[in-house]
Amino acid sequence: MQRFRLADTPFDTASLRARLLDARVGGYASFEGWVRDHNDGRAVAGLRYEAYVALAEREGEAILADALQRFDIIDAACVHRQGELALGELAVWVGVSAAHRDAAFAACRWIIDEVKARVPIWKHERYAGGDAGWLHPQP
Amino acid sequence: MSAKIDVLYFAALRDAAGIASEQVDTEAADLAELYAEVQARLQLPFPQRQLRVAMDGEFARWDDALRAGSTVAFIPPVSGG
Repeated sequence: MQRFRLADTPFDTASLRARLLDARVGGYASFEGWVRDHNDGRAVAGLRYEAYVALAEREGEAILADALQRFDIIDAACVHRQGELALGELAVWVGVSAAHRDAAFAACRWIIDEVKARVPIWKHERYAGGDAGWLHPQP
Repeated sequence: MSAKIDVLYFAALRDAAGIASEQVDTEAADLAELYAEVQARLQLPFPQRQLRVAMDGEFARWDDALRAGSTVAFIPPVSGG
């Protein structure tokens, strides 16, 4: 079952959320990462995400499968944008359903942290001054 | 014995290489030797220790042997999310 997806265009979170809910669910947690207008003290005009698609999809699926093993949750999903994004656009979404809130919150936090650390996606920021650059944070 | 390998470059590595992919004919025994070769030839800005490496769409180890005909990607530090 596909739980992780790269999206080329804006996506609807209501339908993604609906797919995670059923009669067993007592708690649902989500995280949404948005394109903000600044980073590291610089004014950001927009950004582009590039992915190594084959490996990103494999790694994303592995993270979600791992989360289902580690946490007492019912289901989880993640969608990450690629391509050009404007300020205020949704860049990444994580949703987790569980019987209780503790596991839903914990798994949601773990998934977004793992996605940021492991999935081969790179951010290319354009700045208000006209220059641009890749973000390659050292672990 | 030489092997033909497809190499993929992403993000700042692609910008530095000036190409997204290339086919190389290499005598490198493992992935670390392959990176040393292309790093020297293309003047890539990342030391090996800052990168991860993948072979045929799966993360690999630097001391994994090269498989002829495989696709190798050098993965600079990621910044999704």
